[in-house]
Amino acid sequence: MTPTKTVGDGGQAPPRTRDTSTAGLIVKIIFLGAVLAIAVYAVPLLIHYKLWLWLVLILLAGGAIFFIYTTKRFIPGKYLFPGTLLLVLFLIVPIILTVRYSFTNLGDGSRGSKEDAIANIVTASVQQTAGSPLYNMAVAVENGDSVVDGPFILFLIERDDASQTVYYGGEGDELASYQGDVDKADGQVTAVDGYQLLTSLEINAIYTSLQEMTVKVGDNSGIKVNGPKAAFQGQATVTYDEANDQLVGIDGTIYPIGKVGNSDYFVGADGKPAFTQSWLQGVGGQNYTDLFNNSNIRSQFLGAFVWTFFFALLSVLLTFAVGFFLALTLNDDRIKGKKLWRSFLLLPYAVPGFISLLIWQNFWNRDFGMINNLFGLHVDWLGDPNLAKFAILFTQLWMGFPYMFIVCTGALQSIPGDVKEAAQIDGSTGLSTTFRITMPLLLISVAPLLVASFAFNFNNFNAIQLLTKGGPFLPGQYARGSTDILISMIYRQAFGGSGVNQGFASAMSVILFVLTGVIAAIQFRGTRKLEELA
Amino acid sequence: MSQTSDSGSVLEVVVVDPTSPKHKSSAQHRRRWWTEVGWRYIVGAVMLVFAGFPILYVIGTSLNPVGSVTAGSIIPKTLTLSNYTTLFSGQKGPFWRWYLNTLIVCAFTAVTQIVASTLAAYAFSRLRFKGRRGGMLFLLLIMMFPNILSMIAIYTIFTQLGQVFPGIGLSTVLGYCIALTGGALGQVWLIKGTLDTVPKELDEAAIIDGATHFQVFSQILLPTLVPIIAVTTLLGFVGVISEFLIGTIFLTDNNSKTLAVGLYGMLTTDKSNNFGIFAAGAVLVAVPVIALFQFLQKYIVGGSTSGAVKG
Repeated sequence: MTPTKTVGDGGQAPPRTRDTSTAGLIVKIIFLGAVLAIAVYAVPLLIHYKLWLWLVLILLAGGAIFFIYTTKRFIPGKYLFPGTLLLVLFLIVPIILTVRYSFTNLGDGSRGSKEDAIANIVTASVQQTAGSPLYNMAVAVENGDSVVDGPFILFLIERDDASQTVYYGGEGDELASYQGDVDKADGQVTAVDGYQLLTSLEINAIYTSLQEMTVKVGDNSGIKVNGPKAAFQGQATVTYDEANDQLVGIDGTIYPIGKVGNSDYFVGADGKPAFTQSWLQGVGGQNYTDLFNNSNIRSQFLGAFVWTFFFALLSVLLTFAVGFFLALTLNDDRIKGKKLWRSFLLLPYAVPGFISLLIWQNFWNRDFGMINNLFGLHVDWLGDPNLAKFAILFTQLWMGFPYMFIVCTGALQSIPGDVKEAAQIDGSTGLSTTFRITMPLLLISVAPLLVASFAFNFNNFNAIQLLTKGGPFLPGQYARGSTDILISMIYRQAFGGSGVNQGFASAMSVILFVLTGVIAAIQFRGTRKLEELA
Repeated sequence: MSQTSDSGSVLEVVVVDPTSPKHKSSAQHRRRWWTEVGWRYIVGAVMLVFAGFPILYVIGTSLNPVGSVTAGSIIPKTLTLSNYTTLFSGQKGPFWRWYLNTLIVCAFTAVTQIVASTLAAYAFSRLRFKGRRGGMLFLLLIMMFPNILSMIAIYTIFTQLGQVFPGIGLSTVLGYCIALTGGALGQVWLIKGTLDTVPKELDEAAIIDGATHFQVFSQILLPTLVPIIAVTTLLGFVGVISEFLIGTIFLTDNNSKTLAVGLYGMLTTDKSNNFGIFAAGAVLVAVPVIALFQFLQKYIVGGSTSGAVKG
C-alpha cells in the first residue's frame, strides 16, 4: 500500500473543520453552567463563613475552567485540568496547610478566632437568675439529620405567654420567632413541618450535649436547657471588656489574657486558664522547638523514628526473603500444577488488608486468640513491647510474602534460560548459580519494588493501628506507645482524644514529609522512570 | 510494564544430562526425585498451611455457633449461620449499609482516578507543550507523598467545606470520596506507558482526516486502552477498600461508615463476643475480592511496578 496523505475521502476532504459537534456543545454548556451555578451558590456562603482560602481557590478554579474550556487553545490544559485540580485541592493544599498549621497552636480548644472564643465563653456562662423566663421546650432535627448527632434545634413557647408565640434556634444561633407550620398542645410544640421532633428517649440519650447548648438572646443572655422538656432564659455571668481586652465576671473578678503553654487564654488570679476555650494563634517555631528541645518528647519521637525505620525495613526483608525462597522453590519445570499453587499461595495477599489485620489482632489475643489456643500458651503477645513488635512483623510477613512470591516468580521467569545454562556449562553448581547468577539479576529487576514497598510501609498506618493501636503503653509513654510508627504517633497527637494538639502534630507531619521526601529521592534514583521522561 | 505469564517457562530449555544412564534403579531414582523435586512440594505444602490456615480458621469461626473462638477446633462440631443472621439483623451495626458505602467509595475513587489519569496520560504522551517534562517530574514527586500525611489539614478542610456544602462535610460518604481524589493522577504513568506503545501514525492519519484532538482521543486511542483501563480500574477499586486513616477521622456516623471503619468499630467494642460475627463479615468481604484477585493475578506485578502497592 502506498502511503497517501488523503485517506478516506480520497483527496476530496472538506477543509479541516474543528468545530465541536452540537451534542458536544450542549454538554459543554451544561458543564459550564453547572460550574457557574456552584460558584454563585458558594461565593456568598464562603464570604459569610470567612473561608478566604476556599473563596480564592473556587474563584480561580471556576475562572480556569471558563478560560480553558471556552477557547480552542490550551489543548493540553483541557486534558490535564481535571486531575490537576483534584491534585491541587486535595493533595497540595493540604500539604501547604499542614506546614502552616505547624506554626500555630491548632487544637480542640483553639480552632476558631478570638472573637469566636469570647462569644463562646460568654454564651456558655449563661446561668439562671431569679425571674428568668421559663419555656416549654421541644427538641428537633431537620428531616434527614441524625437524632444522635444533630444539629439540634430547640422549639420554645414561653410559659404564661397568652399569644403562644413559637421561638426557635440552634447552638450559637440568635433566638427567633418561628413563622412556619407548627402543631401545639398544652403550651408545647408537638410537630413542625420539615423537622423531626425527638422522643423523650432520644432526648435522654443526648441530654449531656443538650445541656451544653446555648441559644443566644442578645449579647449577654441566652437560652439554656433545663430538663427534657423545659428551658430558661438566663444572664451571662461573664462579659467581655473590650477596652482592657479582658473578661469580667458578674462578681467583678477579672480574667486577663495570659500565656499558658504556647497559647493565650483568659486566666484567673492563679495564672491558670479560667476557661478551656482558647483561639487559633501563631506560635512561631515553638512546636519545632518543643520537638527538638524537650528531652522527653524528643526521645519518644526518636524512638518512633527508629522503630518506623526498622519496621519498614524488616517488613520488606522478611517478606522478600520468604517470597524469594518460595519462588525459587516452586519455579521448577518438574513441579506440577504451578498455576494452582500460585493461586492458593496468593490468598493472604488477596484478602483485603484491613480484614487480615483485624483477624490477626484477634489471633494474638492472650485470652482467646488462635495462637495461644493452638499452641496451648498464655502469652500476652500485644501486651509486651518486644512481643508486640514480633507479632506485627509476623503478621506483615503473612500478609506480604505472596506479593514478593509473585514478583520474584515473574522476575525469575524473565531471566533468560541460556544465562543459567551457560553458568552450568562453566561448571557452576545449582546453589552457586542461584546466588551468583540468578540473585543479582533478580535483584536488579525487583530493587525498585523493594524500595517502593519500603516507602509504603514507612507510612503503613493500618498495620500498627489495627493490630496494636500503637500499644502497649509503658509508664512514661504518653505521646507514643511502644509500637507507634511516626504516622500513628501523629494520628494519636492529632485525634487521640485527650490532649489533642494538632499544631504540634502538624510539626511532626512536616518532619515526616521531609523523611518521606528523602525516601522518594532514593526511589527516584532507583527507578529508571526518569529516563523514560521522553 | 512487565507482565508475567506461564508462557515464559514453556520456552525454557530443559537441560538433559547426556551422561545419565538410561536405566536407574528405582530407589536411586526416588532419592534423586526427593532431593531435586520432592522437597519443593514439602516447602510448598508448609507455606500453603501457613497461608491457608488463618483463612480456614476464620471461615470455621464464622460458622461456629459459640460466637467466640474459644471453642478451639477449626471445624465446628455443628454448623450454624447464626453469626451471619446476627450480622444481617443490623443489631451490631448496619452491615449492608457499610458494604454499599464501601462499594460507592471504591467505585467513585477508581472511576475518578481512571478518568483523570487517562486524560492526563493522553496529554503527556501525545501533545507537546511547554513544561511537559517538568510537569511529569513534579507529578512523579508529589505522588510520593500520600494524603494521609496531611490528615489534620484534610480534617479542617472538610469541616470548613461542610459548612458551605453540607453534602460533602465530615461524616458524609461523598465528602470522604472527594477527600480521596487527591491522588487521582496516580495511574498516569501506567496509562502513558501503554499509550506510548500505540503507534503515532494511527492518530496522525486521523488528524489528517480532519479529526479533532478529542476525536483522536476518544475514538482512536481510547479503544486501544480498554484492557489496561479495565484492569487499572479494578486494581484501583480494590486498593481503596482498606483505606482506614482518613475514614476513621471522617466517618463518625454509623450510617456513613465504610466496612473498614464499621467492622473495626464493631470488633473493638466487644472483642471476645463479636469475633464470630466479624468473621462472618470478613468472609463476605473477602470472598468477592479474592475472586477478583484470581482474575487480576497476572496484572498485579505490572500494576505495582507503577507505584500502586497494596497494603
